[in-house]
Amino acid sequence: MNLEVIGITVLWTFLFGYVIIASIDFGAGFFNAFSEFTNKQHILTKIIQRYLSPVWEVTNVFLVFFFVGIIGFFPKTAFYYGTVLLIPVSIAVVLLGIRGSYYAFETYGTKGHKGYAFMYGVAGLFLPAALSIVLTISEGGFVAIVSGQPTLDYWALFTSPLSWSIVALSLTAVLYISAVFLTWYANKAEDVDATNLLRKYALTWAFPMIITAGGIIYQLSSHNPAHYERILGIWWMFAISTLFFLGTVWLIWKRKNYGLAFGLLVGQFAFAFYGYGISHYPYLLYPYLTIYDSFTNEAMAISLIVAFILGLLLLIPSLYLLLRLFLFSKDYVRGKTDHY
Amino acid sequence: MINEDAVFASRVLTELTLSFHIIYATLGVGVPVMIMIAHWVGIKKKDEHYILLARRWTRGFVITVAVGVVTGTAIGLQLSLLWPNFMELAGKVIALPLFMETFAFFFEAIFLGIYLYTWDRFKDQRKHLLLLIPVAIGASFSAVFITMVNAFMNAPQGFDIVNGELVNVNPLVAMFNPAMPTKVAHVVATAYMTSAFVLAAIGAFRLLRGSQHMYHKKALYLMMKIGFVFSIATLLIGDLSGKYLAAYQPEKLAAAEWHFETEDYAPLILLGWLDEEDNVKYAIEIPYALSMLAHAWPSAEVIGLDQFPKDEIPPLYIHYLFNIMVGIGMLMIVVSFMYWIGVRRHWRFIHTRAFRWLIVAGGPLSIIAIETGWWLAEVGRQPWILRGIMKTAEAATTSDHVDIMIYLFSGLYLILGIGSVVVLSRMFRNNPIERELEERKGAVHL
Repeated sequence: MNLEVIGITVLWTFLFGYVIIASIDFGAGFFNAFSEFTNKQHILTKIIQRYLSPVWEVTNVFLVFFFVGIIGFFPKTAFYYGTVLLIPVSIAVVLLGIRGSYYAFETYGTKGHKGYAFMYGVAGLFLPAALSIVLTISEGGFVAIVSGQPTLDYWALFTSPLSWSIVALSLTAVLYISAVFLTWYANKAEDVDATNLLRKYALTWAFPMIITAGGIIYQLSSHNPAHYERILGIWWMFAISTLFFLGTVWLIWKRKNYGLAFGLLVGQFAFAFYGYGISHYPYLLYPYLTIYDSFTNEAMAISLIVAFILGLLLLIPSLYLLLRLFLFSKDYVRGKTDHY
Repeated sequence: MINEDAVFASRVLTELTLSFHIIYATLGVGVPVMIMIAHWVGIKKKDEHYILLARRWTRGFVITVAVGVVTGTAIGLQLSLLWPNFMELAGKVIALPLFMETFAFFFEAIFLGIYLYTWDRFKDQRKHLLLLIPVAIGASFSAVFITMVNAFMNAPQGFDIVNGELVNVNPLVAMFNPAMPTKVAHVVATAYMTSAFVLAAIGAFRLLRGSQHMYHKKALYLMMKIGFVFSIATLLIGDLSGKYLAAYQPEKLAAAEWHFETEDYAPLILLGWLDEEDNVKYAIEIPYALSMLAHAWPSAEVIGLDQFPKDEIPPLYIHYLFNIMVGIGMLMIVVSFMYWIGVRRHWRFIHTRAFRWLIVAGGPLSIIAIETGWWLAEVGRQPWILRGIMKTAEAATTSDHVDIMIYLFSGLYLILGIGSVVVLSRMFRNNPIERELEERKGAVHL
C-alpha cells in the first residue's frame, strides 16, 4: 500500500458513506413528498421526520469531507474537474441549498407546506443525477484539452447512453436503498402501516436498480474497453454483490429480519462500489489524470493522514453516540421519549 | 490565456457567496458560545429563565446553521470551480487546515444534533450542558482553521518555488504564517462580539414591543456585558492587526489610510473624501496617530503607496470600509459600556425607548462591521490572490458560463435570506416567552 492508494481509499470510503446516507436522505424526501400527494402522509411523515431530524446535517459533512479531501490529496483534480464541472456542480449546490434549508424551515416554520415538500422531494431526485455526472466524466471521452485548458463537451455528454445509464442507476439506487432502510426503521418503530408501504416501495425499486447496474457494465464495454476489461478481472466482487442483493430481496419478500436485509444491502453496494473503484484504478480522469501524477507532495500527504487518523479518533465515538441515541434507542424510534 | 469576463464574474460570484455566508457563519461561531454561557448561568443560578434562553436561542440557531452549512458548502465547491489554478497550488500547501476545518464542522454537526433532540431526555441539565461544549469548540475551531487558510493567502509561506515548481512544502509553516495570530484572534473575537450584540438586539426589541418580562431584561444585560468584553478584545487585537500590516503588508495599510508618501510622524486620516485627482477632502487628520498605530512610536516612519508599482496597489475605496468598521466598533464599545454601568448605577436613560432602539440598531450594525471588515481584508489584498505569488486574474477559471451562475446563486441566496428571516421572526412571534413559561410549568429539572 503506497500513500496514493491509501489516500484514494480513504476518500472512496467517505464517498461510499455519503452514497448510503445521502440515498436514505434523498429517497426519504421523495417518499415524503410522494405520500403527501397520494394522501398517505399520515403513514410515513412521522417515521421519516424522526429519522432525519438529528442526522441531516451530518449527511452533508460526508460530501464536504470528500471534496475537500480530494483537493488535499490530489490537488490537480482542482484544475481538471474544477474547470469542467462549473455548471453541473453549481446546480447540485443549489439543489443542496433547497434541501438543507427546507429541513430547518419545515421543522420550525412552515409545517406541511405542500409546494415546499414537493420541491424537496424533486430536489432529492435531481441531486444524485447532478452528482453522478462526475462519475460519467471520469470515464473519459467527454473532456478535451483545448489550448491547455480542459473543456467539457456538453453535447457528447447529453447524447451518451452511458451518462443516462448512470443517471438511471443513481435514481433507482437512491429509492431502493432508502426504502429498504426505512422499512427496517419503521419495523423497529412497530409501525405496521409504514412498514408495509415501504416494503412495497423496496420491492418495486429492487429490479429496476439491478437492471440499470448491469446496463452500465454493458455500456462500458463499448465506451471504455480498458475499464470493462478490469471489471471482468474482478468479476467475483460483482458476483458477491449480486448474491447479497438476492438475499436482501428474499428477506424483504418473506418479511424476515429487516436488519439483516439492510446489512446485506450495505454489503451489496460496498462490493459494487469498491469493485467499480478498483477497476477504475489508476485513473481519476481517463486518460489525463492518474492518482500517481496528481498526488500531492509527501509532506502534505503524511500530515493529512495524521490529521485524518486524529480526526477519526474524535469522530467514531461521536458517531457511535449519535447512533446509540437515535437509531438504536428503542424509546426514541418508537416516539416514546418526549423529543423536541 | 486569461478570460477577462470569467475573471470579473468569478470575483462577483465569490464576493456574493462569501458576503452572504459570513452573516450566518459569524452567528454560527458566536451563538453556540452564548447558548453555552446562558445554559451554564442557568444551572449556576438555578434560574429557569436562562435555561429557556439557551433553548430558545438554540431553536433560532438551527435555522442559521442550516443556511450557514448550505452556503459554506457552496463556497467550498466554488473555490475549486471558480479558482481552479489557485486551488491546485493551495491544495499542495494549505490543504491541512482546510481538511481540519471539515473535522471541526463534523464534530459540531454531530453534537448539535444530539443537543437539539435530547432536551428532555436527561434529568440532569449538567449532562446536557456537556453536549454544548463540543458544539462551541467545533464552531470556533472551524473559524480558526478556515481563517488560517485566508491568512496564508495574505502571507504565503511554507514552500519554495524553484523554476516554477513547488518544492520543500511544509504544511505547518504554511498554517502558522505571520498573518495567522492577529487574523484568527480578530475573526473569533468579532464573531463573539457580533453574536452577543445581535442577541442583545432581540432582547431590546422585545422590551420595546411591550413585553415587560424579566427574561428579556436578563438576556439583554448578560449579552451587553459579554458584548462589551469582546468588543474591548476586538479593539486590542485590531490595533495589533494594524501593526502586523505595517510590518508585512504595508500597501494594504497605506491604501486603507490614504497614506501616499512614506514619512515619519505620519498622521491618521479619518473620514474624508477623494476627488478625481486623488486629493483628500474634508478629512480629519490626527497627528502622529498612524505612526502610533503602525509602530507604537510617534516618530516612526510609515511606508506609503509611493513605494509600490501602480499595478500592485489595492483600490483606494477600502478607506471608507475601514472607517465604517472602526466607527461601528467604537460605537458598540460606548453603548455596551454605558448600559453595563447604567444598570449597576440605576441610570434612568438606559431604559428609555431611544437608548433601546440604539441597542436594537447595534445588531445589524455589528453585522455591517463584519462585512466591511472582510471586504477591507479581501479587497486590500488586490491584485493578489496569493500576495506576491499569484495574481487574481491568473487564478480564475476559463469557463464561459460564470455569469449565468451568478443569477442562479443570487436566486438561491434571495430565497434563503427571505426564508430564514420569515421563519425566524414567525418562530418567536408565535411563541412568546410568556406562553412558553406557562406551558412548561413544573417541567424543568434544575
